[in-house]
Amino acid sequence: MNKRMIFFVVGRIISAEAALLALPALVSLIYLEKAGWAFLVTIGICAAAGFGISAISRPKSNTIYAGEGFAIVALGWMLMSVLGALPFSISGEVGYIDALFETVSGFTTTGGSVIPDCGTLSRGLLFWRAFTHWIGGMGVLIFIMAIIPNLSDRSIHIMRAEVPGPVVGKLVPRVKDTAKILYTIYIALTAAEAIFLLCGGMSLFESIVHAFSTAGTGGFGVYADSVASYSPYIQWVLAVFMLLFGVNFNLYYLIVMRKIGTALKSFELRVYISIVLVFSGVIFVDLFCNCAAFADTCVGDTVRTAVFHVSSFLTTTGFSTADFNSWPSLSQGLLFITLFLGGCAGSTAGGLKLSRVILLFKLAGRELKHLVHPRSVNSVEFEGKAVDEQTLFSVSTYFSIYMVFIGGTFFLLGFDPHINDFKTCLTSAVSCFNNVGPFFGYAGANGGFADYSVFSKLVLSFAMLFGRLEIYPLLLALTPSTWTKR
Amino acid sequence: MRVIIVGSGDIGTSMVSSLVAEGHDVVVIDDDPAVIEEITNIYDAMGVCGNGADNDALNEAGVDKCEIFAAVTGSDETNMLSCFIAKRLGAKHTIARIRNPEYNDESLGFLCQQLGLSSSVNPEMLVAKEIHDILKFPSAVNIESFSARRIEMVELMLKPDCPMNGMALYELRRQYSSKFLICAVQRDGEVHIPGGSFRLEEGDRIALTASPAEIQKLLRRLGILQKQAKNVMILGAGNTAFYLAKLLIANGSSVKIIEKDEERCREICEQLPEAVILHGDGAKQEILLEEGLESCDAFVSLTGSDEENILISIFASSQGVPKVIAKVNRPELASMAEKLGLDCVVSSRRSVSNILTRYARAVQNSLGSNVETLHRIMDGKAEVLEFNVRGDFAYIGVPLKEMKLKSDVLVAGIIRGRKTVIPSGDDTILEGDKVIVLDAGHILRDLGDIIQKQ
Repeated sequence: MNKRMIFFVVGRIISAEAALLALPALVSLIYLEKAGWAFLVTIGICAAAGFGISAISRPKSNTIYAGEGFAIVALGWMLMSVLGALPFSISGEVGYIDALFETVSGFTTTGGSVIPDCGTLSRGLLFWRAFTHWIGGMGVLIFIMAIIPNLSDRSIHIMRAEVPGPVVGKLVPRVKDTAKILYTIYIALTAAEAIFLLCGGMSLFESIVHAFSTAGTGGFGVYADSVASYSPYIQWVLAVFMLLFGVNFNLYYLIVMRKIGTALKSFELRVYISIVLVFSGVIFVDLFCNCAAFADTCVGDTVRTAVFHVSSFLTTTGFSTADFNSWPSLSQGLLFITLFLGGCAGSTAGGLKLSRVILLFKLAGRELKHLVHPRSVNSVEFEGKAVDEQTLFSVSTYFSIYMVFIGGTFFLLGFDPHINDFKTCLTSAVSCFNNVGPFFGYAGANGGFADYSVFSKLVLSFAMLFGRLEIYPLLLALTPSTWTKR
Repeated sequence: MRVIIVGSGDIGTSMVSSLVAEGHDVVVIDDDPAVIEEITNIYDAMGVCGNGADNDALNEAGVDKCEIFAAVTGSDETNMLSCFIAKRLGAKHTIARIRNPEYNDESLGFLCQQLGLSSSVNPEMLVAKEIHDILKFPSAVNIESFSARRIEMVELMLKPDCPMNGMALYELRRQYSSKFLICAVQRDGEVHIPGGSFRLEEGDRIALTASPAEIQKLLRRLGILQKQAKNVMILGAGNTAFYLAKLLIANGSSVKIIEKDEERCREICEQLPEAVILHGDGAKQEILLEEGLESCDAFVSLTGSDEENILISIFASSQGVPKVIAKVNRPELASMAEKLGLDCVVSSRRSVSNILTRYARAVQNSLGSNVETLHRIMDGKAEVLEFNVRGDFAYIGVPLKEMKLKSDVLVAGIIRGRKTVIPSGDDTILEGDKVIVLDAGHILRDLGDIIQKQ
C-alpha cells in the first residue's frame, strides 16, 4: 500500500472540505447567526488537519492501484463525515452522535434526519445539510480531481471507487476532464432547478437549499413536513428535477455533444421512464379507488402525489408531500420496491442502480434458458453490447453481499428497544442502506430517526456509508490485512 | 490534442505512455477488453473496445476531432484500412505501421499517397538502422544522427581503462581538440549536464556531439576506436534481421543468420542470397561456437523473446565478442539487462514512440513543423531535438553566453549549411541553421522554449 499517497489525498479531501465549508459560513454571516462561529472553528480545524496530513505524508511516488483507490475513498468519506458533523455540535444545536448521523445522512444523500423539527435549526446549518447532499451526490473526490492538476496517472482507481454503478467509464480520455464535464453538467442542472424554483415564488435561500438537496438526490428540506406545504408548481418542478438527476450523466454529455439519438436509445433510460410511468399509474389508481384520504382530492392532485412519490423514492431522494404511511398496502409495497431500485448508473441516485437490476433479470432469464436447453450458449446483451462474464459475475456477487448487509442492518436494529416493530426495522434498514431516507411504520417521513437509540444511529450511519460507497471500499478499509504489508 | 492509437501491443502501449506524459488526450482502440482495461488502469487514457477499422469504434473514439491517428496493430492491412477510414471520417494526420518488406519498397510512396497517409512507420526497419549505425561505430553504446549526418551524438560507456577517467572537462578540452562537446553524463541513474569543472569517472555514460570525422579522431586518440564490424552474426531471422542484413551486405560486411524455423530459413535465403543462413537453435551454445562465435566482430540477438536475447548475449559477451547487441522490447527488462553488463540494448518500441512524439510536437506547433528530429537518450531521461531556426526566433545573432537558457538545457550543436559548429559561448544562432538541443526534464516544442521565461 502506498500509505503516503493515501494520506496525502485524504489530507487534500479535508482541505477541500474546509474550502466548501466557507459557503455555509457565508450564509450564517449573511443572516448574522451564531452558527457562523461554529463554521469558522470547523474550517480552522479542517484546514489545519488537511494541510498537516498532506504535508507530513508528501508521497515519494504517486502510483496507486485499485486497493489504494478504495482506501482513499473509504477513509476520505469517514473523516469527512466526522469533521462535517462539527458545526452542528459546536453550535450547540445538536448533540455529536445526532450530528454525525445527520452529516453521514447528508453526504451519502440519504436525507433521513434525527432532528425532530428542522425548522428550529439555524439557516447556516440548514444550508450545510443540503450542501452536504450536493457534495456527496457527485462525490468529493471527483471534485478534487477536477481542480487539482495531475493527482496521479492512475486516478481512475479513485473514480471507480467513488462513482457507483457496475461499470465506470470515462467520457473523455483524461480523468480530470471527465471530472470537469461531470461537475459542469451537475452545476448547470442545479442552477436551472434553483431558477425554476425561484420562479415558483420560493425564497432564494429555500430554492438553493432545495436545488442542492434534489441535485444530490438527498432529501433534506427546511420544514418538518418536507415539501408538503409548497405549491403544486414547485412540487412538479421538484418531481421533474429529481427524475432528471436520476438519469445517467453520460447521457447529458451525449446530448451536449448533439448525439440525442444515441442518448434516447439507452435501454436503462427507457426502463427508468417505464418504471416511473407504470408505478405512478398503479399507485394513482390504487390511491384513487382504495384510499379514503384521497376521496375528495381532485384527480390532478392525486396524479401529482403519485408521480412525486415514485420519483422521490425511485431516485432515492426522499422528499414527501403526503403521509404515505396511511396509504393502501399495494402503494406502500410498490414504494418499498422502488427503495431498492435506485436511479440509473452514473447518476447521483443511490440504491442498487437500474442497470444492475436489469443485468440481474437478464442473468435470471439466461439461467432459465439454460435449464431448458442445458447445452445452450448464451450471452447477455445490454446497451447494444455483450456484457462480459466478469461484469455479470461481479453484479450477482454484489447483489448477494448487498442483501447480506441489508439483512445485517435489519438484525442489528432489532436490538433497539424504542422501535420494536418489524415493519419499521426492515424499511428503515432498507431505506438507509439505499440512501433514500423515508421509511414506513413507526414515524415515517423526515425526522423519523429522532427516537432511535445511539447504537441504532451508529449502525445506520455505517449502513448509509456502505450503501453510498457500494460496500467494497469501506469493507476493504476496515479489513486489517489491507493495511499490513503485502 | 486528441490522439487515437489503434492496437495496444508493445508499440501501442509505449506510444500511449509517452503521449499521455506529453499531456495529450489519448484514446486507444483494441479488440481485447482485457488489454484495454489494463492500459486504462495504468495510463490516463480512454479505451474503446472494438475493431480499429470499424467506423462505429472510430466514431466512439471521436475520430472526427482527432489530430493524429496512428494504427500500430500487428497487421499491416488492418493498419492501412484503419487509417484510410479514419482519414475519411475526419482525422487530420494518419500514421500506419507497415512492416511487411513487400510493402516497404518503391511501392510505399504510392501506398501512402493513395491511402492519404501522412506517414508510415516500420519499427523493424528503424531498429535495423539503429543497429547498423552502432555497428559502424562499435565503440559507441548508441549513436544518434541528425540532418544530413553532419553531426552525430555518440553515447560512450567509460570503461576502467579509458584515459578520460578522472579528468575534468576543461582539462579534456585542453588536451584533445576542442571540436567536440560532452553534453550529458549519466551517473548512478541520474543525468547531469556537466560544466567545465565536472570530473568524469569510470562507469559514467557520456553523450558527446561532434562531426563524424571528429568522433573518429577523438576515439582514435583515446585508443578506444573499434573498426566497423565486418563479420556479423545475427540470431533470429525476423523482419529486423532481414533489414539489418540487407543494410550490412550493402555496406560490404559478411553476415551469418541463425534461425530455428526451416521454412523461414528458405524464405530469407531466397531474399538474401549473399548471406549465410544457418538452420539451428541459437540457444544452443554448441551451434554458436561451431559457427565461429569467437571470431566474429559483432553478435546481434534478434529473436522474438527478450529473455533469450539477454541470456544468449551475455554468453556471447563472455566468449569475448567485441560488440554484442540485444533487442529487448520490454523497458523493465532492458534496464535489468544493462545491470547485467549488456551496455548495448535496442528496442523497437522506443524508436517508434520517439517518432510519434516528434510528430505530435510538430503538429502541435501552430507554425508548422519545427522539430526536425527527436531522440531520447540515457534510458529516456534526456531528449535531443533538432530544430530549424526560422526568422521569428528572438535571439538571432545573439551570442549563446548572453542567452538565458533554462536549467538542464544545452545547445549541443549547430549545423550551418555544410558546416558543423560545436558551440562555445561566443557562437550565435542564425536564421536557416539547424540547432541541436539537449534537454532533461522539459517538453520543448519550439526553439523559443529553450529560453528561460522572465
